[in-house]
Amino acid sequence: MMALLPPSDLQASAREPGPLQAWMNSWRIWWTMLVICLEERLVYRGDFILGTLMRFLPIVTQVFLWTAVFGATSRGDIAGYSRNDIVAYYLLTMVTRAFSSMPGLASGIARSVRDGSVKKYLVQPVDYIGYLLAARIAHKLVYYAVATLPFAAVFFFCRSYFPPLPDASTLAAFGLSLVLSFFLGFFLEATLGMLGFWFLEVSSIVFAYMLVQYLLSGHMFPLDMLAGIPSGIPGVSLASLVHWLPFEYTAYLPAAVWLGKIKGADLVWSLVIEAGWVVVMAVACRIAWRRGTRRYSAFGG
Amino acid sequence: MHNSSAPPFGSPAPLSLPPAPGAGSGTGPVISVTGLAKEYRVYDKPEGLFSSISGLFHRTSRVVEALKGVDLTVEKGEFVALLGPNGAGKTTFLKLLSGIITPTRGEARVLGAVPWQRTDEFRRRFALVMGQRNQLWWDLPAAESFRLHKEIYRLEPARFERTRDELVDLLDVRKLLLQPVRDLSLGERMKLELVAALLHEPEVLFLDEPTIGLDVVAQHSLHRFLAKVQAERQMTVVLTTHYMKDVAALCKRVVVITHGSILYDGSLEQIVDRFTSHKIVTLDLDGPPAEDRLKRLGFPYEIRGPQVILRIDRTRIADVLPEILRGESVRDVSVEDVPLEEIVAELFRSEAGQAPAGSQR
Repeated sequence: MMALLPPSDLQASAREPGPLQAWMNSWRIWWTMLVICLEERLVYRGDFILGTLMRFLPIVTQVFLWTAVFGATSRGDIAGYSRNDIVAYYLLTMVTRAFSSMPGLASGIARSVRDGSVKKYLVQPVDYIGYLLAARIAHKLVYYAVATLPFAAVFFFCRSYFPPLPDASTLAAFGLSLVLSFFLGFFLEATLGMLGFWFLEVSSIVFAYMLVQYLLSGHMFPLDMLAGIPSGIPGVSLASLVHWLPFEYTAYLPAAVWLGKIKGADLVWSLVIEAGWVVVMAVACRIAWRRGTRRYSAFGG
Repeated sequence: MHNSSAPPFGSPAPLSLPPAPGAGSGTGPVISVTGLAKEYRVYDKPEGLFSSISGLFHRTSRVVEALKGVDLTVEKGEFVALLGPNGAGKTTFLKLLSGIITPTRGEARVLGAVPWQRTDEFRRRFALVMGQRNQLWWDLPAAESFRLHKEIYRLEPARFERTRDELVDLLDVRKLLLQPVRDLSLGERMKLELVAALLHEPEVLFLDEPTIGLDVVAQHSLHRFLAKVQAERQMTVVLTTHYMKDVAALCKRVVVITHGSILYDGSLEQIVDRFTSHKIVTLDLDGPPAEDRLKRLGFPYEIRGPQVILRIDRTRIADVLPEILRGESVRDVSVEDVPLEEIVAELFRSEAGQAPAGSQR
């Protein structure tokens, strides 16, 4: 077993709960949860390796599809994307999805409500959402440890599709948008899972969400292609409407940043909207948990 | 950390008791419950496809009273057994006391706190073990779960290690600490669950059927363990069970719940006194019993091979016994109380409200 020490071994004492102490306490609990979740994930490393490799399959079909599309048209680009751009875009959305997708999160929360294991978090002085976040970060860290090598190999073989490496500030914005997309994906799915307090089964809700998210996140095609399409609201294109929804920040934005499709003030504005959605969903998740547990206490348990 | 110290709004039970200063540190009772009631709405689903379809539009529901206004006071250091048939409201009661559910009516204080407000301060001072529900991480060794508990309950490292070693040695489970929990037997898991629950030295422990499914040896070692820890720490324990052996080994006080009400609250011995009028006399005979003589005694009897079993009024044992022994060639004789299981089964069958509740205390 790993013996990772907490970042600080300052012994938290329950006697003097100053704000700093309280913060240190939560941090220590959270860190221990993270380490234990890491150990737990490592039990299933075989499953992980297989799952990681399977993820590369869909992209092959996408590349073939777009090669055919470009073969059938005489145009050099579609909505500003050349054939090379398209391949690079799909590879980059894969990286984004590696941050923002949360397999099993919503259904796991709903299951713990249904089978009653959520009770543990009502009885023990521990925060369920904090625990879920620790578990998910651990999940992701193990995933990256396994996935980095195959990802690097694919990017190396496909390097000719990519434009020259972007400058440092673009790379920083790319990194920030990735980290934010992790939190956005987490709080979106966790909130969906909390609906399990009201509905016994959330899988159809999750399915509907996945469908909308697949279409509007840019996972399926670059969202620039929606620019000319009217949204029904006069003077507003579908692309600018989608810009205000949370979905594009879970796939499109980081890829578009890397490819230099969004720059300057637009870029800053996009990051602000993304951060705004993270806050909104974090609050929504907390409210859903509070109301959900209150309902659970009153009706079920 | 999320701290739910604010009273839950829309709480169905208005609270009129003033908040206890020092949260139960005084000399008052550890648990005090008045008029605690819990109602559930359940939906009936009639059989058949047609009713299932019509059920999409209109569902028939009814209200089930799981607990109908219960009063109970438990002092520090008591070991109380909650008995009752399935569905009597025992588990609902434990869930209310540990704050998992909110009541429909009534009040409760555990360690001076309202359980369903679920403040972190309260939650650090009690533990709940629900039969098979594990607090332990399935895929990891128990030692890892213990480490997490150390952080969650903010235990001092030295004290945590001392408590852990003590509990682990008492149950003789040290060699299991590094094995993944999923590889352990049910009995071994239950022991480690108990260690996990007691690491933070809770002042109140709620146990929901702790011995269910365990073999006799494991049951016995749990009994010894619980009795010792409870006595040493002066811990207040409330336990639900279906095994009279648990009760006899551990609990001086017994609360019988049927149909959501308390039917009996008193000592185990008094159950026997109050609810049985006779004793069981078993005779081992050398020859065949003289049936006409047995009939003349006027007590119900049963012949099982060379044994005769009589049910005799407790008040008349002393008079009748010499007479029985005189006429027969008796090899052995025993006089016993009616088995506890039988008494309790009889109690469960009687309708709630027939017997006065809680009159012993």
